Amino acid sequence: MTVYAAPGTPGSKVTFKSRYENWIGGEWVAPVKGQYFEDITPVTGKPFAEVARGTAEDIELALDAAHKAAPAWGKASPTERAAVLNRIADVIDANVEMLAVAETWDNGKAVRETINADIPLAADHFRYFASAIRAQDGDHAQLDGDTVSYQFHEPLGVVGQIIPWNFPILMAVWKLAPALAAGNAIVLKPAEQTPVSILVLMELIGDILPPGVVNVVNGFGLEAGKPLASSNRIRKIAFTGETTTGRLILQYASANIIPSTVELGGKSPNIFFSDVAQEKDAFYDKAQEGFVLFAFNQGEVCTAPSRALLQKPIYDSFLGDAVTRAKKIIQGNPLDTDTQMGAQASNDQLEKILSYIDIGTKEGAKLALGGERADLGGDLTDGYYVQPTIFEGHNKMRLFQEEIFGPVLAVTSFTDYDDAISIANDTIYGLGAGVWSRNGNVAYRAGRDIQAGRVWVNNYHAYPAGAAFGGYKSSGIGRENNKLALGHYQQTKNLLVSYSENKLGFF
Amino acid sequence: MSTSTITASVTIAGETVPRVELTPVAVDLLRSLWEEHGPLMFHQSGGCCDGSSPMLFMAGEFITSDQDVRLGQFDLAPVGEPGQPLDFWMSAEQFNYWSHTFLTVDVVPGRGSGFSAEAPRGVRFLIRSELMSTVAPFAGTTDTVEADAAASPTQAVSA
Repeated sequence: MTVYAAPGTPGSKVTFKSRYENWIGGEWVAPVKGQYFEDITPVTGKPFAEVARGTAEDIELALDAAHKAAPAWGKASPTERAAVLNRIADVIDANVEMLAVAETWDNGKAVRETINADIPLAADHFRYFASAIRAQDGDHAQLDGDTVSYQFHEPLGVVGQIIPWNFPILMAVWKLAPALAAGNAIVLKPAEQTPVSILVLMELIGDILPPGVVNVVNGFGLEAGKPLASSNRIRKIAFTGETTTGRLILQYASANIIPSTVELGGKSPNIFFSDVAQEKDAFYDKAQEGFVLFAFNQGEVCTAPSRALLQKPIYDSFLGDAVTRAKKIIQGNPLDTDTQMGAQASNDQLEKILSYIDIGTKEGAKLALGGERADLGGDLTDGYYVQPTIFEGHNKMRLFQEEIFGPVLAVTSFTDYDDAISIANDTIYGLGAGVWSRNGNVAYRAGRDIQAGRVWVNNYHAYPAGAAFGGYKSSGIGRENNKLALGHYQQTKNLLVSYSENKLGFF
Repeated sequence: MSTSTITASVTIAGETVPRVELTPVAVDLLRSLWEEHGPLMFHQSGGCCDGSSPMLFMAGEFITSDQDVRLGQFDLAPVGEPGQPLDFWMSAEQFNYWSHTFLTVDVVPGRGSGFSAEAPRGVRFLIRSELMSTVAPFAGTTDTVEADAAASPTQAVSA
């Protein structure tokens, strides 16, 4: 067990600056209007740094820098760009603990996750796209004896990216790596709840990138996000967030006739067929853990398995075992490596989760575990902690239909395969899902019948680079985490070449 | 004089009972934001980080369509003053799952909220919900299996 020293105390792995400006053109630039806002750590509920409150003027400066940098970066060879991405990955690997502590302090999540997942996955993601861009070929077709169609990938130019707060560094990297690999320059706006950790990363990797290739402007959505998303100086806007803002961003994109990829959340079913419990073996243990993964990252994951569907014959026994297991979740100081569940990312997030626990109770759902704010005492007493919470109910309840984005699980039963698929697909979302069965045929068919972009079969919450990630239905448009994402950051240039000496003969 | 709750007028054809209200603190905040930005609108969001919360935009900023339902219209203006209409919208597909609940727009300290206009004030609109007495909850749900699940006690839980 290790307890990392809190930032601001002796021995901390990270030393935050008291004030962060915007990162534009390879240097720190004060916000034009001179305004800053406080960044609060959810660990204690106390502010720890000031961050630039960027506005349209700062977005314009960042776009100036990006437009200046884009032509050369776009012409850099895939080999050169891949080398840059690999150097970034090496620097991340060399600073895992520092970045992990920074991320935990900014977001509230348990440091065992940032050390073992967020930060190593970020490094690996850069390496994946370094490889992908080098392996990417163009295309050609010999259309007739003298005519050849060549298709080239070209960068879009300058792109905008708006990042969520649940995995501030990793979600930024999911967007940065493919865009950089494809040769674009970027203006990125982090979430205002978690504005600092990405800047700590920029302090480390800023000088690896040519100035202006990545620019980071912080600020509020209305003041900085909207001017970026609606700018006619970007060739693409990527967003991860919720449905209303997603639609608004698509509206802005339509006004500029540019592409937009949006990832908009989910309400993912996690289906357990009866055969899972036919033996109390390692696989049963794995399935039980798969159920409890609703509490991973405090439930603040777009793909959180927030609806558990248990087949009737095992409903009581499986749920009983799982609740017993969930009771053992260790909630505590997020900087303690033994802590399994940290703090929710913000006060309003905490309030929203509590409001859903309230409506769940009013709708008649039965509380099986938790259901309250957790007071961890001491310095953590004002932090944003919620007990792991399990409700039993049915799929028409709002608990089952809305993404709570907290450690709140809604459990129901199903009779047979068709019932399971029907309940699973009775949602406006389609981002993630889980299927658990010892019968490969059942697991395969369920995986194909569930309308979601990612179905985990006999596992959950793995995010290896290479596995495409994105939504069906109202969960959004586009794919990340796979070489497919390169296509979201590239134009297709067709050269149609005639090798004939002879005229067409029309005129 | 202290601010009162404001209840939205009924805007859904065929309905007679209001669906949305504002707490006094929400009314005060909205009046202040109206002074800063002019006419406003709400669109209830769903999903992901800042979802499941109402988003406040300049009126017309968010383009609504037949895929949206207008749950009600508030008038922020004090009695005797010119009207300050503020519509409350939600996507139709989301409304399918929300229609049995009465919504109260409240305000909590918070940070960040998509492009919603209150965020720079360090606060966040939040929805509180009550079951509506006039709309049977879960009308159309005939699946007794699911209802059974809700009712069945879990023996091991109390262990």
